[in-house]
Amino acid sequence: MKLLVCVKRVPFTGGKMVLADDSMALETRHLGFTISPHEECGVEEAVRLIETSGGESVVLTLGPPEAVEQLRDAMALGIDRAIHLQTDGSEWDPEATAAAVVEAIRADEAASGPFDLIFFGNESADSGGFQVGLRVARGLGRPAVTGVKKVTVEGTSVRCEQEVDGGRDVYVLPMPAVVTVKEGLNLPRYPSVPGRMRAGRKPVAASTPARRQARLELERLVVPAGQGRRAELLGSGPSAAPAVVEMMRRIGVA
Amino acid sequence: MSNLPAHARAVVIGCGIVGNSVAYHLCRLGWRDVVLIDKGPLPNPGGSTGHASNFIYLVDHSKEMTALTVESVNQYKEMGVFTQSGGIEVARTKERMQELTRRMSSAASWGIEPVSLVSPAAIKDLVPFIDESIIMGGFYTPGVGVVDSLRAGTIMRERAQASGALTVLAKTEVLDIDVEHGHVRCVRTSAGDIEAETVVITCGVWSPRVARMAGAHIPLTPAVHQMIDVGPVPRFAGSKGDIEVPIVRDMDTNMYERQAGGDLEIGSYAHRPILYDPEDIPPIEKAALSPTEFPFTQPDFELQMQHALELVPEIVGDERVGVKYAINGILSLTSDGMPVLGESPDVKGLWSAAAVWVKEGPGTGKALAEWIVQGESEIDLHSSDIARFHEHQKTRAHVRARAAEGFNKTYGIVHPSEQWASNRNVRLAPFHQRERELGATFFEAAGWERPMWYESNAPLLEEFGDRVTRRTAEWESRWWSPLISAEHLAMRERAGIFDLSAFTIFDITGPGALASVQKVTLRQMDVPAGRNVYTPVLSYKGGFKSDLTIMRLGEDHFRVVTGGASGMSDKKWFADHLPADGTAQLTDLTSALTTIGLWGPRARDILAAATSDDVSNDGFKFGSCRTIDIDTVRVLASRISYVGDLGWELYVPIDQGLKLWDVLWESGRPHGLVPCGIGVYGTTGRLEKCYRAHGNELETEYNVVEAGMQAPRVKSEDFVGKEAHLRQREETPAAILCTLTVDDLTSKSGEKRYMLGREPILTRDGAPVVDRRGRRSYVTSAGAGPSVGKHILMSYLPPERALLGEPLAVQYMGERYPVTVAVAGSTPLFDPENTRIRS
Repeated sequence: MKLLVCVKRVPFTGGKMVLADDSMALETRHLGFTISPHEECGVEEAVRLIETSGGESVVLTLGPPEAVEQLRDAMALGIDRAIHLQTDGSEWDPEATAAAVVEAIRADEAASGPFDLIFFGNESADSGGFQVGLRVARGLGRPAVTGVKKVTVEGTSVRCEQEVDGGRDVYVLPMPAVVTVKEGLNLPRYPSVPGRMRAGRKPVAASTPARRQARLELERLVVPAGQGRRAELLGSGPSAAPAVVEMMRRIGVA
Repeated sequence: MSNLPAHARAVVIGCGIVGNSVAYHLCRLGWRDVVLIDKGPLPNPGGSTGHASNFIYLVDHSKEMTALTVESVNQYKEMGVFTQSGGIEVARTKERMQELTRRMSSAASWGIEPVSLVSPAAIKDLVPFIDESIIMGGFYTPGVGVVDSLRAGTIMRERAQASGALTVLAKTEVLDIDVEHGHVRCVRTSAGDIEAETVVITCGVWSPRVARMAGAHIPLTPAVHQMIDVGPVPRFAGSKGDIEVPIVRDMDTNMYERQAGGDLEIGSYAHRPILYDPEDIPPIEKAALSPTEFPFTQPDFELQMQHALELVPEIVGDERVGVKYAINGILSLTSDGMPVLGESPDVKGLWSAAAVWVKEGPGTGKALAEWIVQGESEIDLHSSDIARFHEHQKTRAHVRARAAEGFNKTYGIVHPSEQWASNRNVRLAPFHQRERELGATFFEAAGWERPMWYESNAPLLEEFGDRVTRRTAEWESRWWSPLISAEHLAMRERAGIFDLSAFTIFDITGPGALASVQKVTLRQMDVPAGRNVYTPVLSYKGGFKSDLTIMRLGEDHFRVVTGGASGMSDKKWFADHLPADGTAQLTDLTSALTTIGLWGPRARDILAAATSDDVSNDGFKFGSCRTIDIDTVRVLASRISYVGDLGWELYVPIDQGLKLWDVLWESGRPHGLVPCGIGVYGTTGRLEKCYRAHGNELETEYNVVEAGMQAPRVKSEDFVGKEAHLRQREETPAAILCTLTVDDLTSKSGEKRYMLGREPILTRDGAPVVDRRGRRSYVTSAGAGPSVGKHILMSYLPPERALLGEPLAVQYMGERYPVTVAVAGSTPLFDPENTRIRS
């Protein structure tokens, strides 16, 4: 198999989002960078599929030169090689991003064959546009399913399961296909030290794509009310037990 | 906030391990109305304590640091938060194995037991997951352990609160600190104002920022220490505690590996120095993790992964073991690697306990509280004194340069004479260019470039032949030259000219000057004008705060001359004891005057050739000082000697220093004058005369009687430490400072080895020598005595050992060498009658 995972470098906010003074971006001066939890599951899924069925996994990002860190992170987990579409660091709109990604995929496929599956996170962790995966699928003319929480490859097709109220929707797609995944798809592993060391030696193909004229424009960012950490004291001592049990039921862990 | 008091006896700012400890110990010493504040939440307000690796190694080459660490461990144990694990410093190289023998020596000197050198196989038994094939051995300290520093802080805080003496205010930010007439008055916080006469800054990496609110300096820099946590480690799956395997320090790679529950924590001091400014540290609300846990920078850790993999392949090489956590933890570094403790020289009542790590936190808290409440701490803290810094040493550029240079030496093999490479040539003597032309090798003192020896003296090596000892061992040859001994012998036979520019010099003037200097000196200062007096400066408990020389230049005019290293602390001490009524002033003349030393049997001839003033023995007596004209330069000449030969210290305005040098040089030529480096002044000349040095022999932990420096009578005037001194004179001293000579320097390999100082003195059987106060005997100073043909050591010995001819031993680089007590007390080894200096 040949698999692709597309990821985006985003600030690691630790649950708190602070906007820059102009409200056009997150304040990142004190932050590290990561990829979204959805994408982490995409990486893990690709690694697992290749571990069981063999083949090659590729990670792709469109982002600033520093985004190579996220590519190395993915390769530390077992992804074989990386494609880096380098930008000057400014945020690209989803159309432009998708166009560049499509072009890169076509180029890679021309050189070494088609990707059976292309994974995206359901949405990016910062701007949350929910668009790039679908736009790429459309650009490539391939079927796509969004919000996937279970992936099973069955011969030349892929079975994708979505969580919906009261159950699951199941889609079976012919491959090649595009899948946008959600956190909970699997439990991503930690990188091992040997994995990290191997990642440094794996190939990264960097190029600078042309940026299409933007038709979407960012007005400003707003942090939703109630965002951030919230602590609620459920009680103390043994008498708190019923409230804890009730809370565990409510959040679905019991 | 309702519980905000309007007044406090002391406000302690910062709730890390240090702040909690300072507050607790202030209350234990009887202070009430103490307030402890932190901007962050409790128990982890977000400073460096919260992410510390929390392990404690006991042995450090620094006596002060070891003492603080041992005291801290005792406190952690008492609080029940110490888990003993043992620790092994492993060696990958031959050089490191030698260094570990030095560790053994330091352990013996500071009384850390048990310790041992262990083989790779023994290490494998203790740490089964280590690859013993890449190491040559290790230094094992079973007493090493891990603490819960957050818990310790909480316990101390709660104990003080329970006693009713402490109010704790979390999530309260200090906005400003008011200072009036140079004294701290009020702390303005987000919850209101608190008036206080004592404010203690224990804010770790934020300390410089908080100090600045009061117009004071706490010179430190935030810096990164990288740490990763890997797991789950299959071998640790059944672990019941946090740590069950000894902590490994991989010294040669500047790394450590320690068990942390089911995981392994790997830390590094090997990466490039990554420094920040206090302003770079984010406020709590903008930090993803804690404000002092910065995003991990993987590229800085690449080599370290390789090194960890080499040493513990079983764990680090296991594909199932993942990197669960990785941070760039922020901690505090200083320009000389020591903490910043004590009352700020900038603002009275403003105290600092910063750049303190978890391992020495509670001990430092206790020592600082003693200092605040009692005027001095039990442990001598002179190397950590915030007042030690000269102005240039407080600059951001200096702190960053030295912190960066020192960072990778965290586990380094640092020679006791090792020189800094960064930020040199800050303070230059007016005759610096002459010294360069003479091929001087410069060592730094308080920013001054001081010649240690001169290459131009190379012909002396031939002249003095075998009387100059050559060293073959690399370690003792480092930062050393046989030219030091050659210069020494030339001085003893003819004369030497010395650059003494690094002296700190300040004048005390005014009608209250006499009373003011009397107050801080042991010796009588009410002497006729034109006399110089060498005097100990005592601490309240009668220990040595300093020792220095004071010239009385007039009825109301005293000139204090002291060493560069202790100069700024001494200046603060004198300033603190100026009369409150303003009748005496202190003026720092360090950068206004330069000093040249001229000593040797020909010194008088040389001086006489350049002056028409009477410099005969009768015309210019030993112990006197006066102004003379040397050529066209008006010079304050003081007949005194620290090297044991006839001569003078010559003080001159710095702009005319070069002229004076040139005049003396010319008049000295016919007499065989040689330039002499500080190697002669500070070591060989001094040791032959058994002269004591501050920081070596003289510390607050020893008293005047023990140092053999008591005068027949004590002056009637009151002075700091008098009561204690009088008491000490009545007691049998617990130790007596002795001079020893090494009987045989030959090591087992046949090579001669030369002790450099701080080594343990043992009995010939190898047993430690301990005085009745529990203090170990160790070498306070060591060096060649070219004129006596011996390698000389000084050490305090218990009275029963302080006997002429007493056979003892010194442990050096893993071997014992026989030594003999040559002098008990202060009689000089060379020229015991002092005829030379008085001739």
